[in-house]
Amino acid sequence: MIKNISNLGDAALYCDFGNEVNKSINSQVIKYFKTIKEKKFEGINNLTPSYNKLIISYDLKKTNFKEVKNYVENINAEDSIDINSKKLEIPVCCHENFSMDIKRLEEILKLSREKILENFLNKEYFCYMTGFIAGMPFLGDLDENMRAQRLETPRVKVPKGSVALTEQFANIYTFESPGGWNILGNTPLDVFDSSKEDKPNLINPGDTVVFKEITLDQYKNYNE
Amino acid sequence: MSSNYLEIIRPGINTTFQDKGRDHLYHIGIPFSGAMDNRNYLIANKLVYNNLDSAVIEFAYQGPHIKYSGEKINCAITGDVIFSIKKKDTEIEGKCYESYQIENGDEINIISTNKSVYGYLALGGEFDLKFQWNSCSINTKANIGSNDGKKLDVGQRINLKKINSNKDIKKTNYINTKIENIRVIKGTNFDYFSEEGKKIFYEKEFTVSKLSDRMGMRLEGPKIDNIVNTNIKSEGLIKGVIQVPADGNPIIMLSDHGTIGGYPKIGVVASVDYDRLVQMSPGSKIKFKEINLSDAETLFKLYEMETQNLLSQI
Repeated sequence: MIKNISNLGDAALYCDFGNEVNKSINSQVIKYFKTIKEKKFEGINNLTPSYNKLIISYDLKKTNFKEVKNYVENINAEDSIDINSKKLEIPVCCHENFSMDIKRLEEILKLSREKILENFLNKEYFCYMTGFIAGMPFLGDLDENMRAQRLETPRVKVPKGSVALTEQFANIYTFESPGGWNILGNTPLDVFDSSKEDKPNLINPGDTVVFKEITLDQYKNYNE
Repeated sequence: MSSNYLEIIRPGINTTFQDKGRDHLYHIGIPFSGAMDNRNYLIANKLVYNNLDSAVIEFAYQGPHIKYSGEKINCAITGDVIFSIKKKDTEIEGKCYESYQIENGDEINIISTNKSVYGYLALGGEFDLKFQWNSCSINTKANIGSNDGKKLDVGQRINLKKINSNKDIKKTNYINTKIENIRVIKGTNFDYFSEEGKKIFYEKEFTVSKLSDRMGMRLEGPKIDNIVNTNIKSEGLIKGVIQVPADGNPIIMLSDHGTIGGYPKIGVVASVDYDRLVQMSPGSKIKFKEINLSDAETLFKLYEMETQNLLSQI
């Protein structure tokens, strides 16, 4: 349930679902997101679900805070929505060509490379949200002993397809971008494809993702 | 192939096609984009008989030098821009907010914006552009939009699909006003900052840094001290949000911003001041002034009425 609604500036609603990060709170956020999206309220022009917040932005020429707040307070998002989530397998190559931060992770986590991969691969992760850059999924939760902080100085360029970790989360860089997460491997899959306008994202909030290891040869021959 | 086209002799620093932008995509990580200074974008289209949501060429600082080939067409430039129009035997100094008729072989040379950042070139007709999610706006970070999501390049040819039949010259006397204070609404993490930090935010001057672009405007000045946490759990952003990372220097999210961020939000720029904010060039001084939600809504209404009034007089 929404705990509190406030304004973010004069053209957005800030819906607060709590402070913890967990699947049950996030599922509530996603339910509200999907319900409001389907109802197409006049004036709402964007919805951004995240771990435990939903930001609803609107066109101030068409509506205002009071109207949108009143609308959101009176919708019923509890029972109507089928989250309709998928389970996806993502191939990842953790060859040294790609796992740029493996040494750093070994040091911080005090685990061997083998143990890190064993802890990471073949487990189900939940997609809490997508964004920052187009299509980037925020997946969780990593095992307790796999949690490392961001790099002190973010990289200017993280290669496209990089699979990276920070705190209890994993993500995939959908295209080359700056970034400070610990890079463990790379996927040959196109996780974001702007030519598919109706479904540009491979992974969507609510989906479950499992990383499966592939060899460098399999990686190179992936699209053939 | 179209017989009416532009050739880019010099592309300028950051020249892109922009229109009204694209909505309903934040949840997959795609920002609004669209013309940074919306009012000047609308006026440019109105001056050449275009639909108000037509694509225009947006440029920043140094603009493009363009050669036109084809039948007669009108063009207009808005913003605070220094440019010239070269015809067969003459070169005239151009005036903003006035339309010109150009013909085969004429050149438009946009030298620079004057003490501002963005300017707009509209042509009376329709460019032949690819649309993605109902918009041709170029987002160079995600390579989305027309021109493969890349800024315009030297030697490129841009075709026109259509030329407007009405070619009467139009003119308006608009003057871009500068404002001393940018009005802001308190952010959702305002209480993360020390009493001293809050005071600094509203009372001291900040300088627009060179590290500013369509994604964000970075500010330099006295550090704003955070006493709670320099990170929050990542959550959605909108344009105008002012985030303060651990180094204490505010960053304002602009039209191509990342859709999610994890830095505390000290404030949000009121919609009424967004067009003028984006025009503040590096080195400009900014002071923030707090207003409440209801004043922000009223001020925006007035600003919007003024925009509609300006457009109706063209």
